[in-house]
Amino acid sequence: MRTRVDRIRDVLIGAWAVLAIVYLFIPIFVIVLFSFNDNKGRFNFTWQGFTLRHWKDPFAVEGLSDAMVTSLSIAALCTVISITLGTFVALAIVRYRFVGRGATNTLVFLPLATPEVVLGAALLGWFLTMSFARGFTTVLIAHVMFTLGYVVITIRARLEGMDLHIEEAAQDLGANQMTTIRKVTLPLIAPGIVAAGLLAFAISIDDFVVSNFNAGQTVTFPLFVYGAARQGVPPQVNVMATMLLGLALVLMFVNVAIQRRAARRDAALGPQPARV
Amino acid sequence: MSAAQASTTGRAPAGGVRWLTLRRRRALLPAIFVAPGLAWLVVFYAIPIVSQLWVSLQTGNPDDGFAQTYNWSVYPDSLSEYHTHLVRSLGYAGLATILCFVIAFPLAYFIAFKAGRWKSIFLLLIILPFFTSMIVRTVAWQTLLADEGFVVSTLRSLGLLNVLGESGRVLATPQAVIAGITYNFLPFMALPLYASLERMDRGLVEAATDLYASRWTAFRKITLPLAAPGIFAGTLLTFIPAIGDYINAQLLGTPQQYMIGNVIQSQYLNVRDYPVAAALSFIVMVIVLVIIVIAARALGTRRLSEAVAA
Repeated sequence: MRTRVDRIRDVLIGAWAVLAIVYLFIPIFVIVLFSFNDNKGRFNFTWQGFTLRHWKDPFAVEGLSDAMVTSLSIAALCTVISITLGTFVALAIVRYRFVGRGATNTLVFLPLATPEVVLGAALLGWFLTMSFARGFTTVLIAHVMFTLGYVVITIRARLEGMDLHIEEAAQDLGANQMTTIRKVTLPLIAPGIVAAGLLAFAISIDDFVVSNFNAGQTVTFPLFVYGAARQGVPPQVNVMATMLLGLALVLMFVNVAIQRRAARRDAALGPQPARV
Repeated sequence: MSAAQASTTGRAPAGGVRWLTLRRRRALLPAIFVAPGLAWLVVFYAIPIVSQLWVSLQTGNPDDGFAQTYNWSVYPDSLSEYHTHLVRSLGYAGLATILCFVIAFPLAYFIAFKAGRWKSIFLLLIILPFFTSMIVRTVAWQTLLADEGFVVSTLRSLGLLNVLGESGRVLATPQAVIAGITYNFLPFMALPLYASLERMDRGLVEAATDLYASRWTAFRKITLPLAAPGIFAGTLLTFIPAIGDYINAQLLGTPQQYMIGNVIQSQYLNVRDYPVAAALSFIVMVIVLVIIVIAARALGTRRLSEAVAA
């Protein structure tokens, strides 16, 4: 039976949860607000009035748009490479028993558990040892390395939740392994691949630490902001961050829609174990 | 027949893969699937991590180059010089992890059991802030906490400036750095906690209270133990990356708050004393591996990776 104490407790927990969410959104609010700040001088620390001028000319700051283009290109390439490699690794781990399966699992998991500063430092040390010039390529290599684990884990979860009978049915009907994978497995795990791709893109575009170590003269968006932080970050950075947030929102809704459609299709295919 | 054997003994004769026996072909497929991804991780993760040891034992300078001298004394030397940074990193990361837990547990509990149809909205709200660049968010905190920023000026106008102590500052204090780290890693604590609470059978708590356990006893004896994998995973996902964090100390602190990550970064990129930088990052990696092994022992590898992956 619910007592008065229970109700008070529920209200308190709810209030705490709302406060926690507010805490998470405080800087977001600042970022969006200060993209409209009519700042005088270099610094954008205090509110001085509303203006749209930064939104009208988001590319006014030299180097910022180049940095953004670099970040977007690296994120896009990283996503493509990472989901290509990751899909096959996940397929092998879930669908086959082979020597080195445990080691593969560990090697996929370890980069996720390594502090970024160690990832960045180790790679830089390695590139220095190999006398490999730092730049666009090294950042891309690094981003694929640390997004791969997230991709494999996301796709693995989807594969594990999948009904094996569908694949068996295809093979019973004479499809060979490659045909089964191409015509049955891949379409069914497509939502997982999309989710993994979005995750890889988001992680890549946000990365500062590993890029900081391995970028050489190449400047990505986070590196630009970091460099600008000492002399005052231009409000155009806030404009771009707000636009990225908007893009993320749109992509998130797209993702939710895709997952919903997949869920409906799965339901139509009959009962299956719950997905993680 | 194993994949590894198949790929060495299964040399494809004239007709290629088609002529292999079915068994061998089945064994070959996972090897082909795994090879590119695994190679990437070996070449750009495993070898670089291990090669840190190699780099750390070299001596020389950036202009004339470094040579391998097996200079093991770099480890005691860099530890005696930078142990304060290392201890500070562990301390800050530990405090931030505790704060994350205190903030995230009620939040996760609320979402799992009380949020009803708002559940997915709340989950979305936890993730959404992290789609703006971490560095931009930290700069936003800098803006808020700066001497002429919102927090300090509000306190000043309320006449409460003395709560900040002698300096009258929020920025450039250990508290600011710890709060920044807490903010950054909150979702990494909240989401695993939510996942383990969500999986839990609420009927057990009802059974316990039906059997005259108090609410508190039921929470302590049932909810908390069942949330243990999530607590474990959340602690690991917060504590381990927090040890290496240097952005919060850089943007919200001063050199008095610098952590081991700041040292590694400046030794590698500014001072260019690669052996010391490599030694320090190798030490951090060893600490992390020890933590992971202990956690895996305590919880079992399977449950650990499940909890983390969820």
